[in-house]
Amino acid sequence: MPTSQFWLLRPLQERSTQIFLGVLFAAVALVTLLHLIIPEGHALHVSAYTVTLLGKYLCYALLAVAVDLVWGYLGILSLGHGAFFALGGYAMGMYLMRQIGDRGTYGDPVLPDFMVFLNWDSLPWYWQGFDMAWFAFIMVLLAPGLLALVFGFLAFRSRVTGVYLSIITQALTFALMLAFFRNEMGFGGNNGLTDFRDILGLNLRTDATRLGLFIATGIALAIGYVICRGIVTSKLGRVSIACRDAEARTRFLGYRVERVQLFVFVVSAMLAGVAGALYVPQVGIINPSEFSPLFSIEIVVWVALGGRATLYGAVIGAILVNYAKTVFTGVMPDAWLFALGGLFVLVTVFLPKGIAGLLQKRKKQEEDTDTDAAQPKEATA
Amino acid sequence: MSMFEQLTNRDRVFDFLAPVASPVDVRHGPILYLEDVNVSFDGFKAINNLNLTIDDGELRCIIGPNGAGKTTMMDIITGKTRPDTGSVWFGSRHNLLTMNEPDIASLGIGRKFQKPTVFEALTVFENLELAMAADKRIWPTLTAIMKAEYRDRIDEVLEMIGLKQLRDKLAGILSHGQKQWLEIGMLLMQKPRLLLVDEPVAGMTEQEMERTAELLTSLAGKQSVVVVEHDMGFVRSIARQVTVLHQGSVLAEGTMDQVSNDPEVIKVYLGEEA
Repeated sequence: MPTSQFWLLRPLQERSTQIFLGVLFAAVALVTLLHLIIPEGHALHVSAYTVTLLGKYLCYALLAVAVDLVWGYLGILSLGHGAFFALGGYAMGMYLMRQIGDRGTYGDPVLPDFMVFLNWDSLPWYWQGFDMAWFAFIMVLLAPGLLALVFGFLAFRSRVTGVYLSIITQALTFALMLAFFRNEMGFGGNNGLTDFRDILGLNLRTDATRLGLFIATGIALAIGYVICRGIVTSKLGRVSIACRDAEARTRFLGYRVERVQLFVFVVSAMLAGVAGALYVPQVGIINPSEFSPLFSIEIVVWVALGGRATLYGAVIGAILVNYAKTVFTGVMPDAWLFALGGLFVLVTVFLPKGIAGLLQKRKKQEEDTDTDAAQPKEATA
Repeated sequence: MSMFEQLTNRDRVFDFLAPVASPVDVRHGPILYLEDVNVSFDGFKAINNLNLTIDDGELRCIIGPNGAGKTTMMDIITGKTRPDTGSVWFGSRHNLLTMNEPDIASLGIGRKFQKPTVFEALTVFENLELAMAADKRIWPTLTAIMKAEYRDRIDEVLEMIGLKQLRDKLAGILSHGQKQWLEIGMLLMQKPRLLLVDEPVAGMTEQEMERTAELLTSLAGKQSVVVVEHDMGFVRSIARQVTVLHQGSVLAEGTMDQVSNDPEVIKVYLGEEA
């Protein structure tokens, strides 16, 4: 039973969070060890490629946790979380572009290649400052956070909820995709940002940096999970559930529903931004396809598969689906979309609470048999 | 306390930042006035020159046929609907027409809806916790901790509404009657001055009705209670003062006996049932 006075420490006293963090750290440590210690060519060796792939899954997992926070606990089905993910990614991408310096194809010390190609003679104002890591990292949080703040303020103040809100979020990410496709926007148009070299002075193409990014992603996921869990186990989390289930009632209790929604939505957008920022250096590219509505819907499928309103379910869902995607697109590329659709239908029909629901059910059964076993003993004592 | 001491004292709010409580002024007797209130929806006059006064500590029943404007009246008092004309005052200090729903709620007007709405995914205890009078802004809610005095207050209300055994059960598994009591309990957590209760016994068994009657009469005196109800037997069992609404205005007012002998009332309302 969490008893800490401080809301961020409360999750750490909780069994489910302890198990989650334990498994996560063990997995990250195991991968690190297998990569470093086992020599290449050995069956147990984890290649740098696999490490990066796993890092990518962890980014998706963090993104799924962010979506679960708003969907599972607040009842806001965002079909546009890819936008926040991509914005965080672009902020990181801009930093990485500026780090290339004069090593680009055209050798311009300041302008990224695509700007030289477009005959721009100076850096647009919004690219200023991205040569500094601290500035870029703040923007990773600020850009998605600000978009979520403005968008959420307008939407929640007008009490737009349910399907309408989902459609608007979808429109938001679609509009951003079209905007980012334009060369005039100054974000590399449909090629996006790529050809990265260094991050914080470390060569991105070495195995050590890749491993470092993988570990950093693991830590980010752990922190993001604890923050979300902290919110969810606080009184504010219970108010969120109240907003989800009976909005009018919550309002009559004296809570400002739109502010609760706005706060949680902004936190979620920022987490999505961090996920995007860690994704870009590992994948090596960010382009407008991350804004595509399809990607945002896919995130929702991960969460639904894993189980809504559990947070760890979102992590399981994201990792499993993306692993399946990697396997499927390798073996039978054409079958992947059918498999994803089929999986979604099967889970909705047979596992309405997702994989997490299955775990909870088993746990409950165990508890029930435990108490059954305990009772006779007490009676004889 | 000097300014410096105030600033260094971290466990209390600076005096100049503390919210100025504006107590409800009931020195002149009534806690709620509605005067010449008119509301129309698309030309239909839902409320027509309504005048109503509720005294402090009173238990008032409001009856009337369907469409008499009972629920609309509740909506006006709680800020959900704005009247076209008229004035609505809470005590003699607060003009409710200038306030929004959360402000009115925190002023001490609690409303129980017709359909029981409790938070089914939360436990009975948590339902009451959320309803508790507290700082309901985002950050204080996020950092809120469960103090012993809060726990005592919740247990006290649990005792009152008779749900002590079900403290840690999900509200979703409660029976209809239990949900109604829980919702009344949630209103009580806010320490309201005025309780608006919309059809509390609809769908209840005889026993549940009796318990509800006991609960409501025990509340009157400490707070003012306005009950809107269809069930005449129930109204007779709790009412001291009854107001009959018809077509958006007051048709009759008085004790149950006076009202039920009023020829006008018999014609428009009681006559229908006979």
